[in-house]
Amino acid sequence: MSKAYGILLVSHVDSLAEGLVRLVQQIAPDVTVRRVAGAKDGTIGTDFDRLIETIDAFKENQILTFYDLGSAKMIIDLAISYSDKEIVRYDVAFVEGAYVAATLMQEDLDLAVIEKQLLKLVIRK
Amino acid sequence: MVGKSEESTLELRKVYKWLMLFADRVIVNKDYLNQLDTAIGDGDHGSNLSRGMLAFREQITDDLATDSAGLLQQLGMTLISNVGGASGPLYGTAFIKMSKATKAQSEISEILASGLEGIKLLGGAKKSEKTMVDEWEPVVEALQAGHLSNDIITSSLAATKDMRAYKGRASYLGNRSRGHLDPGAQSSAYLFESLLEAGVLDE
Repeated sequence: MSKAYGILLVSHVDSLAEGLVRLVQQIAPDVTVRRVAGAKDGTIGTDFDRLIETIDAFKENQILTFYDLGSAKMIIDLAISYSDKEIVRYDVAFVEGAYVAATLMQEDLDLAVIEKQLLKLVIRK
Repeated sequence: MVGKSEESTLELRKVYKWLMLFADRVIVNKDYLNQLDTAIGDGDHGSNLSRGMLAFREQITDDLATDSAGLLQQLGMTLISNVGGASGPLYGTAFIKMSKATKAQSEISEILASGLEGIKLLGGAKKSEKTMVDEWEPVVEALQAGHLSNDIITSSLAATKDMRAYKGRASYLGNRSRGHLDPGAQSSAYLFESLLEAGVLDE
């Protein structure tokens, strides 16, 4: 069973994002959660090409993105301008933001409700 | 002055030379850029940007089956794809915006101004926040006034030293970010030194 929205995690380190996917899927097994993490060569960094591929792989047309640090934010913004999908970037605490969104998505709550909760988790990124 | 070329305001050979000189400077100074970035950032600006410029240099052959706008676009996409740090999307966006402005037959000052606009929009930085904007903005202003010189490039870079950082990892250091040149401003200085050296501004 899939949901109206998917969750995309963008991070500089794959094991960091992998752990967060596990954490989130534990409470939201029906939500699609994908990650794009680490640079092309496996070092610390981000990968725009893989971001685009991963966005394309979602069946869901609307994707909520969460990220760890600055350059992840920038490639998400670039992806927003490149992709036809509806992608929203949240400048919130990475772990808590993804966790809260997934919890509420699992319960089929509206995006407005989810965003209201996310607002409490906004941080300077 | 007779018959200005109608094809493009930027001559392909000069743009090619400009970008190759920039690639050389970034690649040769990789360790220096890393060193600047180690002081206030995550220490990989040189490695990241030179990876991108190496990839571009490998793709480009001397026969240049493209135009100036195409070359700028290709560099932009290569940087976005190959640089896994903030400099990839920032420089990448700048070159893609400059490509579009070139296609629209803009003057060089407008072309660089559109690159700067792209950087500011994506990175959210304003002047005096110790970023590449502090190199780009004075250069664009000088070009608009018709007098870009190496002095302006060098003094704008030097001015970043005493600034406090408000963007990226350097911003977490607060006042301790003062006293170091900004690595993004340094690599941008290489870009503009190369621009002058390649004669892109010459009639």
